[in-house]
Amino acid sequence: MLKINGLSKTFGLGSINEKLAVNNVNLTLQAGEFVTVIGGNGAGKSTLLNCIAGVHEPDQGSIFLDSMDITFWPEYKRSQYIGRVFQDPLKGTAFDMTIEQNLAMAYAKGKPLGLQWGVRKADAAMFRDRLARLELGLEDRLKQKVGLLSGGQRQAITLLMATIVEPKLLLLDEHTAALDPSAAKHVLRLTRELVEQYQLCTLMVTHNMKNALEYGTRTIMMHDGSIILDIAGEERREMTVEKLIDLFGRRSGQELDNDRLLLS
Amino acid sequence: MSLLAMQGSVELGIIYAIMALGVFISFRTLNMPDLTVDSSFTLGAAVSAMLCTMGHPLLAIPAAMLAGWLAGNVTALLNTKLKIQPLLAGILVMLGLYSINLRVMFNRANIPLLNQPTVFSSLQGTSLESHAQWLIPLVLLIAVILILYLFLQTRFGLVLRATGDNDQMVRSVGVNTDTTILLGLGLANCLVAFSGALIAQYQSFADVSMGVGMVVIGLASVIIGEVLFGINSLLRRLIAVVLGAILYRFVIAVALHLGMPPTDLKLISAVIVTMALAAPVIKAGLISRRKRHSRRSVHKEG
Repeated sequence: MLKINGLSKTFGLGSINEKLAVNNVNLTLQAGEFVTVIGGNGAGKSTLLNCIAGVHEPDQGSIFLDSMDITFWPEYKRSQYIGRVFQDPLKGTAFDMTIEQNLAMAYAKGKPLGLQWGVRKADAAMFRDRLARLELGLEDRLKQKVGLLSGGQRQAITLLMATIVEPKLLLLDEHTAALDPSAAKHVLRLTRELVEQYQLCTLMVTHNMKNALEYGTRTIMMHDGSIILDIAGEERREMTVEKLIDLFGRRSGQELDNDRLLLS
Repeated sequence: MSLLAMQGSVELGIIYAIMALGVFISFRTLNMPDLTVDSSFTLGAAVSAMLCTMGHPLLAIPAAMLAGWLAGNVTALLNTKLKIQPLLAGILVMLGLYSINLRVMFNRANIPLLNQPTVFSSLQGTSLESHAQWLIPLVLLIAVILILYLFLQTRFGLVLRATGDNDQMVRSVGVNTDTTILLGLGLANCLVAFSGALIAQYQSFADVSMGVGMVVIGLASVIIGEVLFGINSLLRRLIAVVLGAILYRFVIAVALHLGMPPTDLKLISAVIVTMALAAPVIKAGLISRRKRHSRRSVHKEG
């Protein structure tokens, strides 16, 4: 369970480029809740995610994961409980290392870091099994370098790495935005399967309004650093992209000016 | 070139290979060009020489390695805690260590070890006595390669390699990259100082400027090895570094034999590394030029 209280983050404080990226955000995610986050460029979606992940230290507010106050934990320490997939497929894996070595590092999460053998035989068998479920034929390529794989394959592996040790929270930052449509669809399907299988508490940023409504159990919309819409249940089931655009206009007092958001 | 000179360059190459493996750790696995090497090599030699003059040639080796380890740690801390760029952090430590090295050597610019017992004299009286000069470094080098080969496949070793690849990924699997850089640069400079310690005892002297340009020699060995012997597997990469180091010594020996003044050595080293680093660009340029050329000739024909 994730609980965010009064979170604010300003970049370039005191400079002419001062930008209030996240403005007094309150958000609570129940266990197993799959929340999709939408909003235009500069709405603060990624900053919110990065504050939760520990990339940015918030100026105000607190972040609780279960009963732990992680507000000021360093990024690496939170990562023991948080799984992440980035927009850039290059960011989630070590390119010059093999698939099984990448998975082994992810699988060692939370375990002591020592001189144990890196990729144990029993683990490799388990990796093969988990890779087979990605349906990308990667199970026979355990010893190949990740650098040889396509963006979609790398995102699928990153997704597996993020969940191979069951996280308390899964953060997906537009993780299909850099992929071609069919790869994006596949990775989204894998995301849904994994989240449902482990009942993961998930926060997924997306630019695609259709995906935002189609996937997950709850949708929030951000604008100028604030949450301006938060729908779930019945209300969300009846929501359409057109209604969402209309709602955005009324709540933000602006026309939706983001082509990427509209067209997708 | 005489057989003796050839044997000498192979012996030197074997010892310098340990230094090159240290450079491999920082340059390839951590992706950091670590200039600490120039002074941690001297530090190893200085500690080694001082302990030799006190009659502890064996103790000298681990002591030198520890000193090198600590020097690497300082560079790592400047980089991770004070956010100084790796290159600059290395330069700062290199500069500072120059004074420390002089202190270690009791403010003398060099220490001769004539008639002092060294690790190379430890085989005296046995049947292997006459082979000590190459046998001891070779055994140590093989041990270093084996240990590195195994270590780089352990859980920590994997994370160390990934740090140079993608530090973001390492943090997102819950590992503090500050720690991996601290231990990685420690290990790299530990090996460099090990090499320096052996060189001092091999040559029977330590000099405060003997490490100048060492990082370039290390890089040359790593790159020559990669270009000529491949990067397919981990073991192959490690052995390629060693062969690169030996080959480098060999080239230098041949150049000296052909009458090159020894004072030009550093210039040659710099040129070799420049060429090796520029090789991919030059190759791409040549290919592109050939393409353009062939297209032009097609146009003419058409």
